[in-house]
Amino acid sequence: MARAVTTNRKITMTVIAWSIGFLIFFPILWTILTSFKTEAEAIASPPSFMFFNWTTENYGVVMERSNYFRFFMNSVVISVGSTVIGLIIAVPAAWSMAFVPGKRTKDVLMWMLSTKMLPPVGVLIPIYLIFKNVGLLDTRTGLVIVLTLINLPIIIWMLYTYFKEIPVDILEAARMDGASLRNEIIYVLTPMAVPGIASTMLLNIILAWNEAFWTLNLTAANAAPLTAFIASYSSPEGLFYAKLSAASTMAIAPILIMGWFSQKQLVRGLTFGAVK
Amino acid sequence: MGRITLEKVAKRFGEVEVIPPLDLTIEDGEFVVFVGPSGCGKSTLLRLIAGLEDVSGGQIRIDGQDATALSPAKRGLAMVFQSYALYPHMSVRKNIAFPLKMAGMPEDEQKRRIDNAAKILNLTDYIDRRPGQLSGGQRQRVAIGRAIVREPAAFLFDEPLSNLDAALRVGMRLEITELHSRLKTTMIYVTHDQVEAMTMADKIVVLRAGHIEQVGSPLELYHKPRNAFVAGFIGSPKMNLISGAEASKHGCKTIGIRPEHIGVSATDGLWKGRVGVSEHLGSDTFFYVHDTGLVDDITVRVSGEVALKAGDTVYLTPEADKLHRFDDAGLRLA
Repeated sequence: MARAVTTNRKITMTVIAWSIGFLIFFPILWTILTSFKTEAEAIASPPSFMFFNWTTENYGVVMERSNYFRFFMNSVVISVGSTVIGLIIAVPAAWSMAFVPGKRTKDVLMWMLSTKMLPPVGVLIPIYLIFKNVGLLDTRTGLVIVLTLINLPIIIWMLYTYFKEIPVDILEAARMDGASLRNEIIYVLTPMAVPGIASTMLLNIILAWNEAFWTLNLTAANAAPLTAFIASYSSPEGLFYAKLSAASTMAIAPILIMGWFSQKQLVRGLTFGAVK
Repeated sequence: MGRITLEKVAKRFGEVEVIPPLDLTIEDGEFVVFVGPSGCGKSTLLRLIAGLEDVSGGQIRIDGQDATALSPAKRGLAMVFQSYALYPHMSVRKNIAFPLKMAGMPEDEQKRRIDNAAKILNLTDYIDRRPGQLSGGQRQRVAIGRAIVREPAAFLFDEPLSNLDAALRVGMRLEITELHSRLKTTMIYVTHDQVEAMTMADKIVVLRAGHIEQVGSPLELYHKPRNAFVAGFIGSPKMNLISGAEASKHGCKTIGIRPEHIGVSATDGLWKGRVGVSEHLGSDTFFYVHDTGLVDDITVRVSGEVALKAGDTVYLTPEADKLHRFDDAGLRLA
């Protein structure tokens, strides 16, 4: 009897979980489907779900009209660049806050988090003007800098929580064994924190890849990443849902594939320490 | 060489003085045990010597050199932690090699020393395993291996056997003692277990609330405890400390008599009592005797053959020359 109840419960839970999963995934699925429709079918009412004339014409047009590869490379450079620089700054910062906390460490952490509470548009004009004056507008360097800075609090927070899980004895043993601070971080702390660092890195690449506010406002032609590529298809010229969908699909595909392959690592990292 | 001198070394955490200024000299090649109840500051003192904590005052000298401001890495000491503190991502070989690698030692010399340490500590079969695949005793041996390859000025042990089961603890205790007689390097060993202190040490430092209560050889502490605290702390089972009228008869505040220094008779003796709980260890038996007319129960240690059971009446007589006398401040009276 008890077993039957558990089985029923399992089935119900599975159905609910799949439904929620589908609901979350639906917009992406709809975008992908729309990208294979003609413009007329894309705006047809009622919309057809699976039964329409499948066409790859939109992809052809998108590839013809814009240089996808250039946007793609900008996205790669900006997201990977900002993540790597962010990690180089965040690892020692998180180390010091986790292992040699001062009286104000908690306050510093809160302050860093509080910067994420400010709407970015609030600082758009000063940053825009600074970038203009120093010649960073529409450059990859400029975007790497700004994305590093806006994601740094999250990287430090995530690493801080992972580092807190590492027994301080092991770091002290390294100190007794003659390791300098640099060697302690490189040979002992970092390898032990690999799952945490990897998931921080993946999450941050995803955040940077999808970041649209700064990438749209600080770029024009040269440094524009895939977010700008998508935006260029929502034009005032008219409704091009199918082409917009094709562009969106091409923009999210790389990160979606990366996320799919690294999901095990991501989940492990995000629950690291929660289940000891 | 490994002569360590502490001069007026003190430690405060904020307003709390954990260790008031103290002086201590550890001679080269000595096996010194810091012992005391938990919270007495013994681990803190060891960490001050290691350099893992900064002193709040005073000076630490290692072989005459002022080491007070040196980082742990520069002091030339090796430490074995209670939690073993092995590097989980490295094999046994790499764990042991780590201090040598940090010192920039040539590969062939590293290999020679690692193989030697592995042989001494019976680690050769596990040399390529990770710490996670080893038992507690093997992990502790790896931690010791990591310490000995450096040939340090002194070894620091912070309760290294606390995480091991009883049988393994006795085995490792012997191994560490043997290691000391082979290497003849200074060892400082922290424990709350007075049996470890008695069996391993050349010199015991008894600590209470950051103060040194007594420094001496195990037998000195056993026979001539400087005060009632040391008397009660050293020896197992504990010394019987008796105050009140019985103590006044001897012209002091408290008298102390060890359980093994009390004669037991079924017919006559100084104190009459009733046997309560008895613990049979085979070789020895401990009796807890009630209703003696003294303030507290008396613990008696007799040979395993003595047959007494709960409720029996016994007569106890302390051996007069083994009686310890303490004054109002708890200090030993001659």
